[in-house]
Amino acid sequence: MTDRTYQRLDPQQAAERVKASINLRKRKETRFLWLGKTAVAIALGFLVLLFAGILSKGIPGLFQYYVTLDVRLDARQLDPSGQMTVESLAGGDFDGAILTSLYEALGNPEGRKEKREARRLISSGSSQRLMNYVLDNPEQLESMVSIQFAVDDDVDTFLRGLISRETPEADRRISDQLIGYIDALEAEGRISYEISDYLFFGSASRDAEMAGIRGALVGSILTLLVCIVIAFPLGVATAVYLEEMAPKNRLTEIIEININNLAAVPSVVFGIMGLAIFIVAFGMPRSIPLVGGIVLALMTLPTIIISSRAAIRAVPPSIRDAALGVGASKMQTIMHHVLPLAMPGMLTGTIIGMAQALGETAPLLMIGMVAFIVDVPGGVTDPGTVLPVQIFMWADFAERMFVQKTSAAIIVLLAFLISMNAAAILLRKKLERRW
Amino acid sequence: METIVSDSMVQNTNQVEGRAVPEKTLGEIQVDNPRMSARNVNVFYGEKQAIDNISLDIGMSQVISFIGPSGCGKSTFLRCLNRMNDTIDICKVDGEIKIDHQNIYDPAIDVVSLRARVGMVFQKPNPFPKSIFDNIAYGPRIHGLAASKVELDQIVESSLQRAGLWEEVKDRLDQPGTGLSGGQQQRLCIARAIAVSPEVILMDEPCSALDPIATAKVEELIHELREQYTIVIVTHSMQQAARISDRTAYFHLGKLVEVGDTKQVFTNPRHELTQDYITGRFG
Repeated sequence: MTDRTYQRLDPQQAAERVKASINLRKRKETRFLWLGKTAVAIALGFLVLLFAGILSKGIPGLFQYYVTLDVRLDARQLDPSGQMTVESLAGGDFDGAILTSLYEALGNPEGRKEKREARRLISSGSSQRLMNYVLDNPEQLESMVSIQFAVDDDVDTFLRGLISRETPEADRRISDQLIGYIDALEAEGRISYEISDYLFFGSASRDAEMAGIRGALVGSILTLLVCIVIAFPLGVATAVYLEEMAPKNRLTEIIEININNLAAVPSVVFGIMGLAIFIVAFGMPRSIPLVGGIVLALMTLPTIIISSRAAIRAVPPSIRDAALGVGASKMQTIMHHVLPLAMPGMLTGTIIGMAQALGETAPLLMIGMVAFIVDVPGGVTDPGTVLPVQIFMWADFAERMFVQKTSAAIIVLLAFLISMNAAAILLRKKLERRW
Repeated sequence: METIVSDSMVQNTNQVEGRAVPEKTLGEIQVDNPRMSARNVNVFYGEKQAIDNISLDIGMSQVISFIGPSGCGKSTFLRCLNRMNDTIDICKVDGEIKIDHQNIYDPAIDVVSLRARVGMVFQKPNPFPKSIFDNIAYGPRIHGLAASKVELDQIVESSLQRAGLWEEVKDRLDQPGTGLSGGQQQRLCIARAIAVSPEVILMDEPCSALDPIATAKVEELIHELREQYTIVIVTHSMQQAARISDRTAYFHLGKLVEVGDTKQVFTNPRHELTQDYITGRFG
């Protein structure tokens, strides 16, 4: 209670007070605006840093050094039995042919030590590459061909300038003799820096220069296929049932709470569960994309269910009324009207879930997808690995060249992810309808 | 001793300015030739009773309008007539509502076939987010009314013609129904309702979202449809009720206060509550 009787403001005073309050409001708005802008700027800054870091490391990883050698394809040496099959070629002396041409390129070094150093120059996978070349081009036999062979990973690292000539010979992985050979080959123009075919077409390998992501990429695609085939129908069906049909009772409530809890369970727990159920109890083989996909499906289910339910709830009730009003049954209302309208939202949730699954490592380690597998999986029951696990494994190797390969694999993973998201956005745009 | 809220005190809420809602509906609840008849209908939303013992006949090929202040239960009662209340979990209906001597709440009755016989138009125009053609064709398709594509085209055309929309949309049947104006959308919804050839059309404040011109068109349409269909319309506009309906029912606080010929209800109401409402003293 005030002592004075309230004096009504005259319009002049009221206008002044309003002006003061407007100024205060404006200041608050400006402050808020700046806070928002700063937040976005910081987030963008980190994103730029992240991408700059990955790209600057990873783009060199997409390339590697090759040495061009002129190899004489002598039929008697390479294919002694003359049948031109994988088996008969296995008896051929490809290493010998390559070494001969390598020594020739280096001016025929004498002495065991010199020859040993020369042999360290090229990748140990070179004979395989030459064998593949002969298999693909049998008509070239008995002629002289120029073929690019990958250089050994230490040589590659040296060529990138990551091993200094100034380091004392005893402390670096390549000898002065070898450096001399490299210089000679470079002077002849035999060394080239090109997009790495091993990275995209090779599989896991202990030799950094031959390591590739093909196996892991195929493994990832197979695993995701299994995952989406299981998780999407299950998730959508669960969401539709819970949202449209389930009676509102205690049991449904418990189910709902548990689905929400499931979304917060650490992914490694799903891996342990997969190990215990699918591998130990059901006796399924380890390391296969099928088990990986099932485990990831269980992990993504809650994400899909929760977002699908939100999408279903966002369908205006008037549309349901309209359908029921013309005599559509509950099922028809759901299938003809609710689901098509909720589909864009459901797809968004599914893609988020899939992106999560694509980047997941921990549960797959549990079910053995971390094994060293050279073959590209041909189906969901062939042992394989996935991109993030491959990255995880490469990051663990000591060889310098694996650092670049790791970053390159990260770029591929990100590209995979971005194209998945882009596909989702396109799909959503296509399906989206306004009402 | 604490004062306990007694039943008689709750009863007081049934009074407006001291005027009691009558125990028994005044006027003629029965008609000679009923299409639907409701007897002793009670509706509960959980604990709350929304409809209290309503009995009412709906005559063949007549327009009956339900009027009354907001929350009086007229929409709830309307939605009982084609069991749209089934979609609300906590809603419980007892009593008896018959269409052609068949209780629609009989468990043996298929609610889908009931809704094909008792169509509905809603307060807010709610066309499907599909083409104009598909909006109309949806009902006939799910009920298998059209034996051929040609027949389906005919159903769509005649429904749109009946709804007075054909001339306006015949060149853009493949365009979305949601792209029409509000009044056109509502007439599209009416066309959609009559496409399944119902016997009764329920309209829940069909003009409340429309401007006067669109309203006039819809009223004109109702006037033409009365020849073939039985129409039940809930409206907040007394003029509209007076213009278009043969009979008028006045609802108040979940009870049916009075029902009779529209002319009689508006010129010579039997109950003071009706009198107050139609003269605009409250509501």
